[in-house]
Amino acid sequence: MFSDAALLLSAILVNNFVLSQFLGLCPFMGVSNKVETAIGMAAATTFVLTLASACGYLVYHLLLVPLGLEYLKTIFFILMIASVVQLTKMIIEKTSPILYRVLGVFLPLITSNCAVLGVVLQNTAKEHTFLQSLIWGFGGALGFSLVLVLFSSMRERIAAADVPVSLQGTAIGMVTASLISLAFMGFAGLV
Amino acid sequence: MYALLISYPLLSALVALGSLALLFGGVLGFAAVRFRVESNPIVNQVDELLPQSQCGQCGYPGCVNYAEAIVNNDEAINKCPPGGQSTVNAIAELLGVEAPASDEEGTASGPVIAYIDETDCYGCTKCLRTCPVDAIIGATKQMHTVIDTDCTGCGLCVDTCSTNCISMYPVPVTTKNWVWELPEYPVVMARAGKKV
Repeated sequence: MFSDAALLLSAILVNNFVLSQFLGLCPFMGVSNKVETAIGMAAATTFVLTLASACGYLVYHLLLVPLGLEYLKTIFFILMIASVVQLTKMIIEKTSPILYRVLGVFLPLITSNCAVLGVVLQNTAKEHTFLQSLIWGFGGALGFSLVLVLFSSMRERIAAADVPVSLQGTAIGMVTASLISLAFMGFAGLV
Repeated sequence: MYALLISYPLLSALVALGSLALLFGGVLGFAAVRFRVESNPIVNQVDELLPQSQCGQCGYPGCVNYAEAIVNNDEAINKCPPGGQSTVNAIAELLGVEAPASDEEGTASGPVIAYIDETDCYGCTKCLRTCPVDAIIGATKQMHTVIDTDCTGCGLCVDTCSTNCISMYPVPVTTKNWVWELPEYPVVMARAGKKV
């Protein structure tokens, strides 16, 4: 039980997908201009990431390992992620039109979010059990959400600040992100 | 079967990927039928004709909601000031109804545009972010102004202004936008036999 909690904490803070492993930088820079869209993206990613790590475990251990096809895992995982994202989009569109309007634009974007493929590949590389895969995926998504919301709040403040012309826009975003990344290095050795 | 697959790696790879793709394709196909959302195509067509300013002057939170109200609740089609008479005519043609004049409701005072009193503006950029058609130019701590040819007169910026320096003025009549008003005769259509 303690090791599971440590795994969760490690996924959220120490091995944060964005700031420590530099995965999913595209949505991190792309949809962090406003807090509301950042929260929408974070919610959608959390959902997909958790679901994808569960499906990834099943595909890998029930299909690839018995057939000795571990070397094809990347292409199988991409197929699986694209289908899961599409299915999620359909279900949300039907069950909750309001949530669909908030998340709608971001759901197809998640297909190309490398953090999703990253978490599934890491689960196989680290030989996680089913429960550990779920925890790793959910923790990673929580970490992604935390950083995305933090960063978007900072960018809203930066937008009103007096930034030198040559650093305006994405440049100051990159500088800020690297500073947060340095700060997150402080979590190393926590778990 | 299993022994055959194990002994031929190429075959097993093809079968595994193919069957997984088939499985997901089947699930998605089932979901497309099971979770289909019935959207009214006419609502989408009306929505496409609206200007998408999302200004809310029609009394609905957005253009989609107004389009839904037009189609489902017989809402009047002339409540969209940014769209003007051309939008009213386009919707009327689509729905096969007579086009009312756009100034019956909503634009009772005729077309208006926003004006920023530049002596009071201190550059908060609030109106700039609100404007749905990007008709306000300016920057942080710089004076803002309105591009009068782009302003649709939706009035969203008026409430956001920190110093109440935005007001709506009627568009002055010049030789460029003056329209010769045709005399209104009661025209009787021969075929339909009704007054227009």
